[in-house]
Amino acid sequence: MAVLITEKSRIIVQGITGKEGSFHTAQMLEYNTSAKVVGGVTPGKGGQKSEHGLPIFNSVKDAVKDVGANASLIFVPPPFAADAIMEAVSAGIELVVCITEGIPTRDMQQIIPFVKASGAKLVGPNCPGVISPGIGKMGIMPGFIHNPGTIGVVSRSGTLTYEAVAQLSAVGLGQSTCIGIGGDPIIGMPHIDAIKILAGDPDTKGIVMIGEIGGTNEEEAAAYIKAHVKKPVVGFIAGQTAPPGRRMGHAGAIISGGSGSAGSKMKAMREAGIHVCESPADIGVTMKKVIG
Amino acid sequence: MKIHEFQAKEILKKYGLPVPKGFVTDKAAEAKDIHNKLGTSVTVVKAQIHAGGRGKGGGVKLAKSAEEAASHASAILGMQLKTHQTGPEGQKVLRILIEEGMQITKEYYIGITLDRRQGKPVFMVSTEGGMDIEEVAEKTPEKIIKEAIEPALGLQRWQASRLAFALGLEGDYAKQAIKMFLGLWQVYDNEDCSLIEINPLVTTADGRVLALDCKINFDDNAAYRHPDHAELRDLTEEDPLEVEASKYNLNYVRLDGSVGCMVNGAGLAMATMDIIKHAGAEPANFLDVGGGANVETVTNGFKIILSDPNVKGIFVNIFGGIVRCDRIANGIIEAAKNVTIHVPLVVRLAGTNAEEARKLLLTSGLKLEVAETLKEGAEKIVAAIKK
Repeated sequence: MAVLITEKSRIIVQGITGKEGSFHTAQMLEYNTSAKVVGGVTPGKGGQKSEHGLPIFNSVKDAVKDVGANASLIFVPPPFAADAIMEAVSAGIELVVCITEGIPTRDMQQIIPFVKASGAKLVGPNCPGVISPGIGKMGIMPGFIHNPGTIGVVSRSGTLTYEAVAQLSAVGLGQSTCIGIGGDPIIGMPHIDAIKILAGDPDTKGIVMIGEIGGTNEEEAAAYIKAHVKKPVVGFIAGQTAPPGRRMGHAGAIISGGSGSAGSKMKAMREAGIHVCESPADIGVTMKKVIG
Repeated sequence: MKIHEFQAKEILKKYGLPVPKGFVTDKAAEAKDIHNKLGTSVTVVKAQIHAGGRGKGGGVKLAKSAEEAASHASAILGMQLKTHQTGPEGQKVLRILIEEGMQITKEYYIGITLDRRQGKPVFMVSTEGGMDIEEVAEKTPEKIIKEAIEPALGLQRWQASRLAFALGLEGDYAKQAIKMFLGLWQVYDNEDCSLIEINPLVTTADGRVLALDCKINFDDNAAYRHPDHAELRDLTEEDPLEVEASKYNLNYVRLDGSVGCMVNGAGLAMATMDIIKHAGAEPANFLDVGGGANVETVTNGFKIILSDPNVKGIFVNIFGGIVRCDRIANGIIEAAKNVTIHVPLVVRLAGTNAEEARKLLLTSGLKLEVAETLKEGAEKIVAAIKK
């Protein structure tokens, strides 16, 4: 078992005919087993087949009706990405994963209340996606570095998550579900929500929580963990050496207004009983030690 | 993106919001004329740099005569203005704004920015105008009054009104402030701002409410909606290497250490900086070459890193997921032929075909060390620069 992506997932790709969308659809078709990729959406190309032989629809609603889509992966360019998220949510999609980087904050802040009210889960934007090893993935992560297992991973970044996963796999720990929540200042599933999902999953025995500078997401998750989570949590915060006021790549990775430093996050996490690694090289071995 | 005070005030004017009368110039010789043209007994000469804290650093001066305005202008223009935001070397002042003087009765702080916790913009006001607002937030948080804004609805009239009265404003002053707050929200929303700060907003003895200072930052992600913002960018305010890197679509931030790093992905790039510190050295930069990491991006990355004279060694740390490591290794080998790398180089490639990639690098004839793990890579580069 896993969370978010399960045997019941019927995945569509919004922007399936674009370069990225098409490439990663092929990767998913190769990797996914029980979580099926069932089609794609590109307005104006409805009725055609994608290069992978999947049906293309003009709208998400059509895909829900015709192929029973319940999950959507979005590769739509930034000016139209918030609109694509709204479309998916409006059509009743339960899990929306948005890969797109560069969506204006104004667009995201306008749609977030609507997404929340709908009850749909949004992962991203500006994220690598979600993977339940052995079941399937919705995202751009390399499937082969993952092994099925019992460690849940939640992280704001892409390659750093791969690094953590590779370290876990190297010490013999597989993963239940890995959630890349995204590096933007406004995201659909902040750490705390991802932690709640992993904490409630009976097949997840331990959690790796990777954060970075900017915002207070990690502090809020730490407070929740302290009060509610019994499973061991190993943490790391990227950007311990980042100067304040400078944006480190991700739109959300900036220490500003006296908040968002790595130090304050690591302190909050330690106080919550999280095993915080000082070095990013110690994530795998620390989990191994903690979980036995 | 940051813009200058005089540019921010131009935007306010476009929205019909009151700012002091003023003129911008890069010539000290024009200061006299401007002072006379403004016609107030006192004028204010203000250095135009992006960093805050200009007043404390000597970049804002009162002039009681045209001669005094001229002498302030020549003193400020060309100076290396040091503030708590510029760093120790300061920022050269290339332009000044000269504004009318006025009899200020009270100063207030006004700010709009994103509250990340709520995912909504927040409108903040305080009676502690002219102060460092971060200090106010820390020491006397009760002095900052906030209204969260429903993004789809915008700042409501009752909110603007509540904020104005909470500042103790009355009568016509309150009316003007409400209008100002609603207008500032329009600017924030229409122009895709990530920050507007009016510090201070002032009331004057002659019954006016105006923005004495103004700071505006734009959301870079929304730049495509605002082609007119592009001309507001001032490259002289940015690090030349960062400007160069942005031309190649590289995400580069210059730091002051000695180990240059080239990484794919922002999170891993930060983590790489961190592990260099743990291994006993300081990172010279943040550099994310993106998912591709091909010959072109790696070549440009090397060029940018090596243009920093502080760099004593380079650590390349790339996690090859979808892009195979052997292809990245070939990219690095090609790139190293295009650029003369005169400092120690350690390459760590992880992911798909990593072993094959290491063999390629070792047999390439290039002077470099390879590493298997993150830790090994960091330790090797730190050892190499300390030799």
